[in-house]
Amino acid sequence: MSNTPELIVKDLHVAVEGKEILKGLSLEVRKGEVHALMGPNGSGKSTFANTLMGHPRYEVTSGDIQFKGESILEMETDERSRAGLFMAFQYPVAIPGVTVANFLRTALNARIAPPAGVDGRVPLKKGINPKEFRTLLRAQMSILKMDESFATRYLNDGFSGGEKKRAEILQMALLKPEIAIMDETDSGLDIDALKVVSEGVNALAGPDLGVLVITHYNRILNYIKPDRVHVMVDGRIATSGGPELALELESRGYDWVREGSEVTR
Amino acid sequence: MSTAETSTLGSKDEYTEKYGFHDADQYVFKARKGLDRTIVEQISQMKGEPQWMLDYRLKALDIFYKKPMPMWGGDVAAINFDDIYYYVKPTTDEVKSWDDVPADMKRTFDKLGIPEAEQKFLSGVGAQYDSEVVYHKIKESLEKQGVIFLSADHGLRDHEELFKEYFGTIIPSTDNKFAALNSAVWSGGSFIYVPKGVHVDVPLQAYFRINTKDMGQFERTLIIVDEGAYVHYVEGCTAPTYSSDSLHSAVVEIIVKRGGRCRYTTIQNWSSNVYNLVTKRAVAYADATMEWVDGNLGSKLTMKYPAVILKEPGAHGEILSIAFAGKDQHQDAGGKVTHAAPNTTSKIVSKSISKDGGRAGYRGLIKVQKGAVHSRSTVQCDALILDPESRSDTYPYMEIEEDQVSIGHEATVSKIGDEQIFYLQSRGIGKDEAAAMIVSGFIEPIVKELPMEYAVEMNRLIQLQMEGSVG
Repeated sequence: MSNTPELIVKDLHVAVEGKEILKGLSLEVRKGEVHALMGPNGSGKSTFANTLMGHPRYEVTSGDIQFKGESILEMETDERSRAGLFMAFQYPVAIPGVTVANFLRTALNARIAPPAGVDGRVPLKKGINPKEFRTLLRAQMSILKMDESFATRYLNDGFSGGEKKRAEILQMALLKPEIAIMDETDSGLDIDALKVVSEGVNALAGPDLGVLVITHYNRILNYIKPDRVHVMVDGRIATSGGPELALELESRGYDWVREGSEVTR
Repeated sequence: MSTAETSTLGSKDEYTEKYGFHDADQYVFKARKGLDRTIVEQISQMKGEPQWMLDYRLKALDIFYKKPMPMWGGDVAAINFDDIYYYVKPTTDEVKSWDDVPADMKRTFDKLGIPEAEQKFLSGVGAQYDSEVVYHKIKESLEKQGVIFLSADHGLRDHEELFKEYFGTIIPSTDNKFAALNSAVWSGGSFIYVPKGVHVDVPLQAYFRINTKDMGQFERTLIIVDEGAYVHYVEGCTAPTYSSDSLHSAVVEIIVKRGGRCRYTTIQNWSSNVYNLVTKRAVAYADATMEWVDGNLGSKLTMKYPAVILKEPGAHGEILSIAFAGKDQHQDAGGKVTHAAPNTTSKIVSKSISKDGGRAGYRGLIKVQKGAVHSRSTVQCDALILDPESRSDTYPYMEIEEDQVSIGHEATVSKIGDEQIFYLQSRGIGKDEAAAMIVSGFIEPIVKELPMEYAVEMNRLIQLQMEGSVG
């Protein structure tokens, strides 16, 4: 475990269309750790996930996000990704006509030879060798118990909930991020999808990966054992603790945290 | 499909570098600007044509004068017919070896990758430079099977009876103003005859290159696919970028006999100063199949609606059309199908993309004549608009004179979603490349119909168009 956490969020304030959603959120995630971020609906969990990844709709009004010692607030989403951040989407978007394999290869190539700035744009180097790529993809799909035909389907187009999650995990496995954010805010309803995400996280977790699972229901925590659990209320972390905190939330709901947070502040 | 190649992005001046260059003027004959009887006579005389062709040309010229300009589709009012070179003869004659092509021209075609493509994946190649074909060759094995693949001029010279039997029968000079113009001054193009039962498995290709400024290129193509035969013909085209306009006005006539199949693929990539006003029509006889795969990129204005007349029972027609309109471009593309016999089927798929204020649209006609019972047709047109300045239009016309038919029409208009871009970006793919990827996906249903090499080319051209498109 490294000394400086890879992901440091400092007193983050975020507004959407002028309305403040995150009100001073602070959090640290190291490689090798699994964190769970929980909270009631409307507490700002999805806003947080999207802000980390740099969605243009979310405006950081103050505070900072540091990744591997550097502020990433000025970085484009694709730069953040290439730096080693990953977000598994709650609702992955369909890209009709683009196969999973083609997409993954483009994403991998973007890492090998990222496009230069607009002015100094240089043509890509050859990128990954197609044969090498196929071998890599096949190996990874077999680890995740995915059928080979999956690679030739159009990305998320007509995928079931479970298939979409599987595709997200496959991307994570190939892109090898250092910190992965799993946005599972509302998907607790689909038990199949939940299992896919959990199994994926468990398969990929290790000393080189830090995971932040964002969820509303603690059902996912039946499958993933977090090192730390954070409870988010009204745009900030109200309380943090070990795995036992999740159990407490299950039996007592969020209200006690809400009250407690007011006391401690 | 190869992603390494398709994701290559170049500089903004890539069109100019790759296609928009021009050679120093070189020709063995250049008619003066403007159009009159003398010019037409001159063209015919230079070619040493039979009298009937000269008569045909002169009659067409009269029709051209009489026909009004089209008042629909794109704006053609700015075309100045007096300021165009109608005939520029680049070399004394076409040759069968690239070594005999003048160095400048050979370099141009090398740059466009034509000799290389010929080596790798084609059965035959014709290369036209301004008004005339400078290089033409077909594989010997096909020649031995009786396949004819010549420039239209040599087709007329060497196979006059066959040529005369079909020439102008599918698209008469009276069809429209630009068909009349082509009929009067036509030069170059391809003549193809595929004998009964012969399958030309590897495509034939023609490449049309404009070099001279203020040029009008009027090639004429005639394809006859005999019973049970098959051919895939591919055409490509580019031109230098000039500040003044050029005109390209071709006529393509195709006859597909009983049980035959013809696929005609166009990858048009004109510079943005070219008016591209082309008439293309095929007749399909019993159980024959005609397929147009029409990729329209570039040009200032394109008006092109490949047509199929399903003349006998069991005939099938397909039109797959891609239109991409960028800045100052108008693509008025589409297709026309006439069901003239029972049990005929057709399918039109159109994908149009507009960006930077460009205008791309679908204009199509499905006509079912009385008696064409149990005919079936489906039309699908999808438009993708990349920014608020751009425009897409859909004009689907139907003339159905028979009840017992099945006609389906579907149209969608979409914009590139911010969420799609964000999703791809979140995987490390740059904004421009993400947008290009979404566009490539949009046209994939058509691109996948292309031979691999052309699919790569098509995606590469789309990438080129997409550069710097997302702010």
